[in-house]
Amino acid sequence: MIFTVIIPLILACFVPLLSKIKEKIHTGIFVFFIPFIIFLYFIQFIGSDFSPIAKTYKWIPSLGINLNFYLDGLSLLFVLLISGIGALVVLYSIYYLDKTERLGHFYVYLLMFMAAMLGVVLSDNVFVLYTFWELTSISSFLLIGYWHFNERSRYGALKSMLITIFGGLSMFGGFVLLSVVTGTTSIQSMIEQKDVILNSTYLPLILGFILLGAFTKSAQFPFHIWLPDAMEAPTPVSAYLHSATMVKAGLFLVARFSPIFSSYEWFFIIVSLAGIVTLCWGSYMAVRQTDLKAILAFSTISQLGMIMAMLGFGTKVAVFAAVFHILNHATFKGSLFMVAGIVDHETGTRDIRKLGGLVTFMPITATLALFGTFSMAGIPLPFLNGFYSKELFFESSLDLEGATTFASVLAQVIPYLAVFGSIFTFVYSIYLLFGTFAGKKHLDLLPKKPHEAPIGMLLSPFILVLGVVLIGLFPNLVNGTFLAHAAEAIKGAEIDQHIAFWHGFNTPLKMTLIVVGLGFLLVLTRKKWAGAYRVLPGKLSLNKLYDYILEKLDIVSQKVTQSYMTGSLRLYVAIILGVTLVVTFIVMLVTDGFNIQFDNLADVTIIEVSVVAIMIVAALATILAKNNVSAILILGVVGYGVAILFVLYRAPDLALTQLVIETVTVVLFLLCFRHMPKLRKRNETSGTKIVNIVISVGFGALMTLIGISAHSSKWFESISNYFIETSLKLGGGHNIVNVILVDMRGFDTLFEITVLGIAALAIFSLIKLKRGAK
Amino acid sequence: MNDLLEFTQKLIHVSTVICIVAISVSLLLLLIRVIIGPSNADRAVALDGIGINLMGIAALISIIIVTTKLNDVVLLIGILLFIGTLAIAKYLEKGVIIDRDMD
Repeated sequence: MIFTVIIPLILACFVPLLSKIKEKIHTGIFVFFIPFIIFLYFIQFIGSDFSPIAKTYKWIPSLGINLNFYLDGLSLLFVLLISGIGALVVLYSIYYLDKTERLGHFYVYLLMFMAAMLGVVLSDNVFVLYTFWELTSISSFLLIGYWHFNERSRYGALKSMLITIFGGLSMFGGFVLLSVVTGTTSIQSMIEQKDVILNSTYLPLILGFILLGAFTKSAQFPFHIWLPDAMEAPTPVSAYLHSATMVKAGLFLVARFSPIFSSYEWFFIIVSLAGIVTLCWGSYMAVRQTDLKAILAFSTISQLGMIMAMLGFGTKVAVFAAVFHILNHATFKGSLFMVAGIVDHETGTRDIRKLGGLVTFMPITATLALFGTFSMAGIPLPFLNGFYSKELFFESSLDLEGATTFASVLAQVIPYLAVFGSIFTFVYSIYLLFGTFAGKKHLDLLPKKPHEAPIGMLLSPFILVLGVVLIGLFPNLVNGTFLAHAAEAIKGAEIDQHIAFWHGFNTPLKMTLIVVGLGFLLVLTRKKWAGAYRVLPGKLSLNKLYDYILEKLDIVSQKVTQSYMTGSLRLYVAIILGVTLVVTFIVMLVTDGFNIQFDNLADVTIIEVSVVAIMIVAALATILAKNNVSAILILGVVGYGVAILFVLYRAPDLALTQLVIETVTVVLFLLCFRHMPKLRKRNETSGTKIVNIVISVGFGALMTLIGISAHSSKWFESISNYFIETSLKLGGGHNIVNVILVDMRGFDTLFEITVLGIAALAIFSLIKLKRGAK
Repeated sequence: MNDLLEFTQKLIHVSTVICIVAISVSLLLLLIRVIIGPSNADRAVALDGIGINLMGIAALISIIIVTTKLNDVVLLIGILLFIGTLAIAKYLEKGVIIDRDMD
């Protein structure tokens, strides 16, 4: 099973080599065989006696991350969709993409995507699933931005990337929580431990994170905004990724985890509500679009919402209907996208206002579109699969009940919303079909003279429409052998659902008739009520919100950065000291670190007092000095004072060094003062001055307090006794300071010498290089 | 005999402390000159004075703590004072401390 995932990836490496000979043979012809063979491989598993297969390949066993593959009914449905429609899309793209395009890139991305998608649906390990999940996001980003010289393509690619990666990361959070709660990384083991998860305090967080991932990927309200912009991708990509496979990854995720969450009330509420709102909003917005692919994009959004709602309902009928509609939607939506691509390819435009009356030029395309749109609208004809799933959707929406008040209100409202959404589905389907193929011809508006597409291009949509009709005529063909296993994997119980065309004159049929009747009325009067879009959404637009957030993020973060990165060293020092002051002070207070004791102190002599008094006066005078020479001279007094303190505390070596250094420093200061600007009065506001004073006084006080506390809390005996005892014995010297410096801790000295050497070299090169530059 | 020794020690100690206090007072006065000194030349001379006083203090301290280890310090202050004052004087006079070669 792992080979089906890895083979596309390996072959993707060879595609660039193959694409070198594209002058003779279209690269897609080589690529076509990969999904086709995978499809043939998986089709052998179809059968009523199917049972799940699990395989494990070691990857990172120490972290519990292994390539666990698990093929059950749900995975089988998806792998067949991915490989089957993948093969058809590649076939279609051979005729759609010209040999002058960068075919190597296209097929590498496409194969990458296919492998990632197969990985997502086959993975049993949450982290492997997440890995493949992100790979689908990345390859989708590459495919949307395929025509990267196009501004809109880049915009769409970035948007889908940001939104789906956002969801993917939150899903990852959910997975991490799940694996922490259950102690396993395998989804099947998690399902076995569902009581542990349901009793966990993190349950709302887990559910929220995972659903966020599913909703962003499956373009649920309000994260649906990336899908219409992803229509800038080449049409085969739109047909494959953004109708049949990738956008269903979110549905797959919800379906995969619904055995765990289905008994949790909020799962029903959130998923059903999101689905039903998406259904209504997507179908309502689809009527407004003028671009064929935009109509299909919003239609995809609404259909995905419908499936999501059914997964949320979680009843037997609903789960079966959801699985059934995943299959149906993939067939008719794939074919419709290909039809839209054909229309675009043969007329040069996708704008429905310029199109019309194409049925005489493109009879076959029009027929294919007829089946696709009618199936999408759920028109009650016995050879359309969309009708059955819509019927089952209505049926499942009717027998809902909620335990809490909110849930039961929701259950009451859902059937009405379902009908509302379906009416608009009907309207845009009919509008799509008749707007393109019927009505007046506008040949003068078309960039190209329209004609029928080549047979190779029609082949893929034809096969898909054949699927629509076959499932429509014999719905029970796929039922027991195939869909029942998928539904069983979701529901965890056997589902025996018999699909018949005629259920009798029951409520779902009445609902369908209402949809068709009202839909017809709305189609005929479309121009009259189109003004409704000026009221809703009117000026409200989630796209605008997205753009606003993105723009504001840029501006605000720029402002935030600019507010403190001013390039002023004074400000940086103030921030560093201020933060150190506040943090240290709080930490010391909280940990009760200030420990001030006055025992164990030495006597204060008059000499110390007088030296310190002189130093204090000099230090204060340094701050107030008017010119820089006097400032450095007064500072010299402080330095000499320190030297005298060293003398007082019996440190002759320190005193010697301090004196020399102090003198050298003063001389150095004098050396560069010639080149320095004069000290000047700073025009600072009193606020800044006060802040500076507070920070400096506070910092000084803090350091004093810490010094006193450090002195008051000596917990260990000093090691200096060891030096005193062994200085002569081991080091052979009477001067303990010097023995420590060169013998006991000679390493420090070595590197301090290095520091001096580096400083000297740096000064030399600074001066020399500057001279040389002149 | 012992009394005499003790008396001498005490005398030395007291006189040393008195000397230190006196020098401290002179230091403070010099410090005032350093701080207010109308011209930098005043400050330089005052600093020179401070240095000499520091030599005295260092010597007196070495008497108090009874050690010969600080004699180096006293000598060093002397040398540095000379160099430092020279540098300041040259700076104040010419604006530079080290002349470039005149070739």
